[in-house]
Amino acid sequence: MAEASTRETYGKTLVELGRQNKDIVVLDADLSTSTMTSFFAREFPDRFFDCGLEEQNMVGIAAGLAASGRTVFVSSFAIFASCRCFDQLRLCLSQPELNVKIVATHGGITVGEDGASHHAIEDLALYCALPGFTVVVPADAIEAAEAVRVAASDYGPFYIRLSRPKTPIVYPEGYRFTLGKAVTMRQGKDATVMAVGIMVAKALEAADILARQGIDCRVVNMHTLKPLDEAAVVKAASETGAIVVAEEHLAQGGLGSRVAQTTAREKPVPMEFVNLGDRYALSGKSEELLQRYGLTARDIEESVKSAVKRK
Amino acid sequence: MAKKLRRHVITMIATAGSGHPGGSLSATDIITALYFKVLRHNPENPQWSERDRFILSKGHAAPILYAALAETGYFPVAELATLRKLDSRLQGHADSKFTPGVEMSAGSLGMGLSFAIGVALAARLDSKNYRTYVLLSDGECEEGQTWEAALSAAHFKLDNLTAIVDCNGMQLSGWTRDIMNLEPFTLKWQAFGWHTIDIDGHDFDQILSAYQGAEKTKGKPTVIIARTIKGKGVSFMENNVAFHGKAPTWEEAERALKELE
Repeated sequence: MAEASTRETYGKTLVELGRQNKDIVVLDADLSTSTMTSFFAREFPDRFFDCGLEEQNMVGIAAGLAASGRTVFVSSFAIFASCRCFDQLRLCLSQPELNVKIVATHGGITVGEDGASHHAIEDLALYCALPGFTVVVPADAIEAAEAVRVAASDYGPFYIRLSRPKTPIVYPEGYRFTLGKAVTMRQGKDATVMAVGIMVAKALEAADILARQGIDCRVVNMHTLKPLDEAAVVKAASETGAIVVAEEHLAQGGLGSRVAQTTAREKPVPMEFVNLGDRYALSGKSEELLQRYGLTARDIEESVKSAVKRK
Repeated sequence: MAKKLRRHVITMIATAGSGHPGGSLSATDIITALYFKVLRHNPENPQWSERDRFILSKGHAAPILYAALAETGYFPVAELATLRKLDSRLQGHADSKFTPGVEMSAGSLGMGLSFAIGVALAARLDSKNYRTYVLLSDGECEEGQTWEAALSAAHFKLDNLTAIVDCNGMQLSGWTRDIMNLEPFTLKWQAFGWHTIDIDGHDFDQILSAYQGAEKTKGKPTVIIARTIKGKGVSFMENNVAFHGKAPTWEEAERALKELE
């Protein structure tokens, strides 16, 4: 599969949006050359504020700008944009429902060699816990650009999680993203893999392998964790009778928890979960870490088989 | 007017049966001077785009802010009696979602100065002349975020921003100097790049001239370090840490109101 960088796409999209909308301002915490908000900073220096290594302060400043009518994009690494400023996210953005878009790069363990301190593996749980926040994990660069455009035009607080490495392209050019509406990437009747982010490509790979073994596996991209497309979950449960949830995140609080809450209430079916479990990861190359911590197409394949067996 | 607002504070908190009288009474003169002499604002149109902004960072002093808002006409004075009651617009801590005139939701300390920086930056982006005022407690300067914000307000050269620190010297469980010493306080702000003005926070002439001094200062933000007395105006609440977060009984409230006649 061809690959592209979600964060580079973000940087370019932000410039495009900045040209269209003079109310957009961007804040970063000394990481703009990594989050790629540097593109925006270069073109619109007056509307870019480097807040230094002050994530808590940055979220408060964002709130003040948003309360004064600005559409505010805030970027940092996912780990610092979630854990470092959670109380500020809660009281300054979530409770007053302000128009701030947290677009964090370097999500998950594919950050790689920097190790546990830099692996954002609890960010989805934290953001999904905040009332009013929309939470999106794009599957590739094309979807990332679309999600950023939607965030710019929809009022309210958003969290969008992007990756450090280049990731496989799963969509054709011209794909149109609909917030809160899951995308069936591949039809299937024996089981459904619901995935987000880099795990969508891996799920498609697993479905290919499973097809050769006679298991017809559906793949659904659940790009919007919140609000969750519950209808898509019920449909998958009803039509395929088994669900596997795959995400680059801890077991608790992310997509798996949200899908399981829906199936438990609406349509219980055998489920399996492909995630990091309840642990921190080590330093290493992205692919090595995905292997070590059970986030490969092979892991999805095994989980689908277990779920199908339990039907 | 300050006495009247203090009476509102006592009555509101006694009626609610809970709340923070001490920090409202120490901030009363600072807030009275702002709302009745300094702020350009329009209570009939709380969202007026040219208004001066007042941000209450020490959100537990909500009662004194509500009293000032009611007496300037943002909502009926009678509504003060609903403080902290279910479905009231007057939440226990200041809340921008429900109360006309409240700019920011507060109550988790240390956040207001950052918010004020965002508001002041927006004024600069929009080439607007409004000024942004933010009231902090000395206790909340123990929060690291306050100093992140202090650094950045000076870095951004926000001379349209005035911070006031209500230095009543006390926090929930005792004297600030015993719990986490902040001194030399003025020197800290100066080292962070701020223009500082030290005043007696209960002397109206000093308060008003400090606001003027802040407005005249160019190229850097100003902090007014207002030395105050927690519980000011009620003899048995003054410098009494017991009234940080405790409502007076009705008997105590009556004594307090008598002192404030």
